[in-house]
Amino acid sequence: MALKIVKGSIDRMFDKNLQDLVRGIRNHKEDEAKYISTCIDEIKQELKQDNIAVKANAVCKLTYLQMLGYDVSWAAFNIVEVMSSSKFTYKRIGYLAASQCFHESTDVIMLTTNQIRKDLSSPNQYDTGVALTGLSCFVTPDLARDLANDIMTLMSHTKPYIRKKAVLIMYKVFLKYPESLRPAFPRLKEKLEDPDPGVQSAAVNVICELARRNPKNYLSLAPLFFKLMTSSTNNWVLIKIIKLFGALTPLEPRLGKKLIEPLTNLIHSTSAMSLLYECVNTVIAVLISLSSGMPNHSASIQLCVQKLRILIEDSDQNLKYLGLLAMSKILKTHPKSVQSHKDLILQCLDDKDESIRLRALDLLYGMVSKKNLMEIVKKLMLHVDKAEGTTYRDELLTKIIDICSQSNYQYITNFEWYISILVELTRLEGTRHGHLIASQMLDVAIRVKAIRVFAVAQMATLLDNAHLLTGNVQRKGICEVLYAAAWICGEFSEHLENPMQTLEAMLRPKVATLPGHIQAVYVQNAAKLFATVLKSQEGNTEGTAAQETSQLMIDRLPLFVQSANLEVQERASCILQLVKYIQKLQQKDVEVAEEVCALFAGELNPVAPKAQKKVPVPEGLDLDAWINEPPSESESEDEQPRAIFAKEEPKHSRPRHTEVDEKELARRREARKQEQANNPFYIKASPSSQKVYQEAPGVEHIPVVQIDLSVPLKVPGLPMSDQYVKLEEERRQKERAEKKKKDKKKRKEKRSGRGKKHDSGPESEEDITPAHMVDIVTEEMPENALPSDDDEKDPNDPHKALDIDLDRPLADSEKLPVRSHRAAEALKSPAEDGEAESAAPPELKKKSSKDKREKKKDKDRDRKKSKEEKKKKKHKHEEKEEDLLGGQADEPVVQPEETSEVAALPSSTSAEVSDLDFWLSNAPVPSNTQEAATVAEAAPVPEAASCTAPDSEPDEPKDTELEETKSSKHKKKKQKKEKEEKEKKKKKKHHHHHHHSDGGAEESVQNGTVEEEEPLPPMSNYCLLAENSYIKMMMEDADQVNDIQGNLQDGSQVVVSVIFENKCESFLKSMEFNVLDSLNCKLQRPEGSGPHDGLTVPFQLPPGVSNEARFVFTVQSIVMPQKLKGTLTFIVKNEDSSTHEKLDFKLHFTCTSYLITTPCYSDAFAKLLESGDLKGSSVRLEGVNMPFHHLLARICFHHHFSVVERIDSCASMYSRSIQGHHVCLLVKTSDQTVSIDAKCDEPTLLGNVLDEIKQTFSQC
Amino acid sequence: MIKAILIFNNHGKPRLSKFYEHYNEDTEQQIIRETFHLVSKRDENVCNFLEGGMLIGGSDYKLIYRHYATLYFVFCVDSSESELGILDLIQVFVETLDKCFENVCELDLIFHVDKVHNILAEMVMGGMVLETNMNEIITQVDAQNKMEKSETFIFQSTRQDR
Repeated sequence: MALKIVKGSIDRMFDKNLQDLVRGIRNHKEDEAKYISTCIDEIKQELKQDNIAVKANAVCKLTYLQMLGYDVSWAAFNIVEVMSSSKFTYKRIGYLAASQCFHESTDVIMLTTNQIRKDLSSPNQYDTGVALTGLSCFVTPDLARDLANDIMTLMSHTKPYIRKKAVLIMYKVFLKYPESLRPAFPRLKEKLEDPDPGVQSAAVNVICELARRNPKNYLSLAPLFFKLMTSSTNNWVLIKIIKLFGALTPLEPRLGKKLIEPLTNLIHSTSAMSLLYECVNTVIAVLISLSSGMPNHSASIQLCVQKLRILIEDSDQNLKYLGLLAMSKILKTHPKSVQSHKDLILQCLDDKDESIRLRALDLLYGMVSKKNLMEIVKKLMLHVDKAEGTTYRDELLTKIIDICSQSNYQYITNFEWYISILVELTRLEGTRHGHLIASQMLDVAIRVKAIRVFAVAQMATLLDNAHLLTGNVQRKGICEVLYAAAWICGEFSEHLENPMQTLEAMLRPKVATLPGHIQAVYVQNAAKLFATVLKSQEGNTEGTAAQETSQLMIDRLPLFVQSANLEVQERASCILQLVKYIQKLQQKDVEVAEEVCALFAGELNPVAPKAQKKVPVPEGLDLDAWINEPPSESESEDEQPRAIFAKEEPKHSRPRHTEVDEKELARRREARKQEQANNPFYIKASPSSQKVYQEAPGVEHIPVVQIDLSVPLKVPGLPMSDQYVKLEEERRQKERAEKKKKDKKKRKEKRSGRGKKHDSGPESEEDITPAHMVDIVTEEMPENALPSDDDEKDPNDPHKALDIDLDRPLADSEKLPVRSHRAAEALKSPAEDGEAESAAPPELKKKSSKDKREKKKDKDRDRKKSKEEKKKKKHKHEEKEEDLLGGQADEPVVQPEETSEVAALPSSTSAEVSDLDFWLSNAPVPSNTQEAATVAEAAPVPEAASCTAPDSEPDEPKDTELEETKSSKHKKKKQKKEKEEKEKKKKKKHHHHHHHSDGGAEESVQNGTVEEEEPLPPMSNYCLLAENSYIKMMMEDADQVNDIQGNLQDGSQVVVSVIFENKCESFLKSMEFNVLDSLNCKLQRPEGSGPHDGLTVPFQLPPGVSNEARFVFTVQSIVMPQKLKGTLTFIVKNEDSSTHEKLDFKLHFTCTSYLITTPCYSDAFAKLLESGDLKGSSVRLEGVNMPFHHLLARICFHHHFSVVERIDSCASMYSRSIQGHHVCLLVKTSDQTVSIDAKCDEPTLLGNVLDEIKQTFSQC
Repeated sequence: MIKAILIFNNHGKPRLSKFYEHYNEDTEQQIIRETFHLVSKRDENVCNFLEGGMLIGGSDYKLIYRHYATLYFVFCVDSSESELGILDLIQVFVETLDKCFENVCELDLIFHVDKVHNILAEMVMGGMVLETNMNEIITQVDAQNKMEKSETFIFQSTRQDR
């Protein structure tokens, strides 16, 4: 044994190390593979030795060979051996090798669990570090599950070096083991404020990655990140946070408003281009998320565009690229701001850098208008001719088509021009996008009826010159165009000038070289053409001509009958038999044309994409159910019916093409040649001389002339698009001239001074009328199609599993598995075994006690937090008596543990929600919650009055009387119905609002019914408030600013969002919103204003623009619905005059609007019901005809409930009022009848809520 | 997230490859070849971002590279990384290499891939940026090298004893 060791170490002296290996490989350049294979043999020998140093050396060399592409997975076990060495040097080599070549299916990985755990808890920080680094590369679900707890412990390690690595690797652990996210999250969040910048950066990094995929779960962290953003100086961290905000703002527009100012400051102050760029990017995201046309944000857009222009003009190509990239984001929402930089972007099209050209191309998409489309496309066509690489050219091609076809061909004024552009594009050789051109041709020809005559003529020429497209192998992709050409010629054959010639072209033998699916279309459309030809010929009384046509068909079709493609074969043989029959009839002098035409009668309308998917499944139809009894698995293979069919098949099918042997083929070819030679139609005159030459008898013997492809082809007889550009120019000029004349006349006629807009020099968009009236046929949808889009998320996305609600408190079952002895862990190396066993028990104890301590810490932290929150509230309710506050703060501490956990559930979550609300509603004040509170208290910012005022100045109305305005329900119902109907009408106009509300609906459904994939109908809570010829107001009781639970004396607040839309041509300004307060319900006004003063709406409305404002009301009693009368006064400003206008409205507070969507646990829910404090009531809804989950979603959305639990057709739901009333529902459905059993501690409130729910469903 | 980090020379010979997602060896080689092909045909003074690697990436991913003398440093990243930030990171990486190897050249990378890996491991971990501060990186790398040295010393002395 000793001798062996000595021998081993002597051998080692002669072993190659990594450097020797590299040197060796470099010296054996000619026979590298051979040299390496000998080296691998050596390595195998070395690995067999006991000496760990030798093994490590061998593994090190293997890592190098792996980089060169050699599979080294066979040495996986040796790698594990080296990993488990006690020496850091070898351990590092082992882990490096493992990180390079281990992956999820490496089976030895399961041997490493204990080793890694040991290394993680090693006293040497670098052992731990190396293990973490390695693990980050090869972590598997098993490893993640087993080690999650160990790594979580490391997140609080004393050394920042370990902490940051542990924090970072948690992301990988979450991905592999999503269950760990919730238990680990509090600590991760804590690390955001770690004293070490590296750890902080790592935590930011991880949360940003998580939030990027499921942003809505991380919205509650916004205040924390905001604080980091304003305090951090680390550009890396800043960039990450700013990027994260970019992902969060679409979910919460208020966040965007808050962000704009600090971001703008950063843009002005930073010198780091990377930071500047990300700021600009996020500002863009914010602007996109805010409702468009906000006048006070145009400055921000201008700033962004201006900064981006600087980037684009920079000589640094990187900045230029990024500038263009960001510009394309602005383009989507603010095309006008980008369009002013058209010159710059067109200039970038000529850049030598392809990446930049591609980006500029993206931008062009939004730059086009009716006016400049032709010019831009012409420029692009020039680029197409010049472009050298096929990728870039293909990109150009797709862009041209994109640009032209965007928004339903909105910018195309002359479709003849477009068709000729498409035809010109077919000249492109080697493009992959033949099908794209083809589909455009089809789309235009089908949907633009006016263009059909022209299109058909063009397509006929294309078909005639088909050999130019198919002549070369390189041009394979483009022959797809023939598919479209053939179909168009066939379908619209009545427009053909010379159908016979086209028919002839479609039946050429060369067609047989085309791909099968194209041939099939050829055959089918030849039949359509045939029908047309027959019709015209029969009319001409020349019976012979018609018979000759039939003969032509009969002569040519057999070629296709022999096709290897089934589709072609089938169609050809059908049609052949048909034609033969027709011929028979013709010989009897029977007129058949009418009947043949009837075969293809009727218009084929375009069908919308996904139309099939959108057909709703009829109620009661279960597509997954077996129609017959499912086959029993015991059936043996040969008994299956399929086998019978397979056997029979050869009998029925016609002789297979494959059976035809070479001889037969040769014979047929000969026969065909003969046939062709004898066929009088074959030499028919054609307009192009080339064709005659091509189709002379004995074509095969003539060498086909290769076309020089460097010269762009010109298909003879095809009009160049340029001609159309010229024509169009002329047409437009003429039109303009005419218009001017008219205008002049008009102006003479009326000199009122209004409506002067039109005579401005350059023509505006609307001035250009299309060349011919274009009727673009819309695509067909199935009846009662489901409107919303399908969820197209990839079901395999690992991030989907991480879509976890993080605000929900932890349940016991969710705790991370702590290490304990498991039967499965039998695989251990013998040396380790004893060690591990002796070490395990005390460690276990230590850990559990540690855990306890940590738990305690967590609890302490929570308590602190809640105290902090109370503090905040204290600021809010300064006038309140001290003792009341004190009592509240003590409350959670005094309560026994079990109940506190349950009772805390709703309150803690809602606290967080309201926390965020509170933070957000403090509009542009710098964050740091406490600071914000003080600021708000000290001096309410005047321009943000509508938002800040309510929080800072809770009016304390002393009267406790309830207002006795029991508005009769009957009346209310009627009114609401009307509103709802109106709203429906408006829906089409107001897509952007619905976007917002759609999101809301989705969110609420996810509480309970995640598994449902059926799309929900769009819902909106906005309803029409009032409307006149100037302005329209839409109202939603958006969200409630919550107050202390169960404190009835406190004024609770309701925020109402009102959208103002300017409907007239004039400018609206000085809008004032006023409401006649009732005893119970008051509009919150800024300090110092009287009880009858109106609130100024903080914006003005240019024509056609809408904007949203929020108003806060204080409500005393919430058990009854409320109605408030109000008026909106505003000034309508024209160019020369201004008038004062007024609009009356009635604000309607339903009881529903006092409910807050509050998530609730099922156990807490059960406790609540058991407590017996709640009074019950129930309601039945008849004839509700919608899927159960739609029903739930509706209740969730319209009435602010959340689903607690759902079992089949029964669900429990929960909501809470702003004054802390619990409302519990049990919803059951059985065919069309829905029964709702409800419980609430306030019966009046419950009654009203139920009535409202009933109403909601009676309307649909 | 960073998907892969590749270093290869002007002839496409790999000097370091680090994939943060598993590919088999053949695919890895193909990716290196394709990336080299894409990167090498670009002029010197064009932008450092590249889209359109077929094998690696997809629409969300970008190649961000820098060319130093005979070597290309290529990072394949997704949209959560800041483009300019990654360019800075490459710069930090190269400067760190320069410090650790004292005037780094291609040969250093050829013969000491393992060391380059170790340095990289202090900067990027599992596809996420771990540390961007060069001094911190160098401190940690040095400390580990020192530890390694002390171990070899012990090892060698024991071997000599025998």
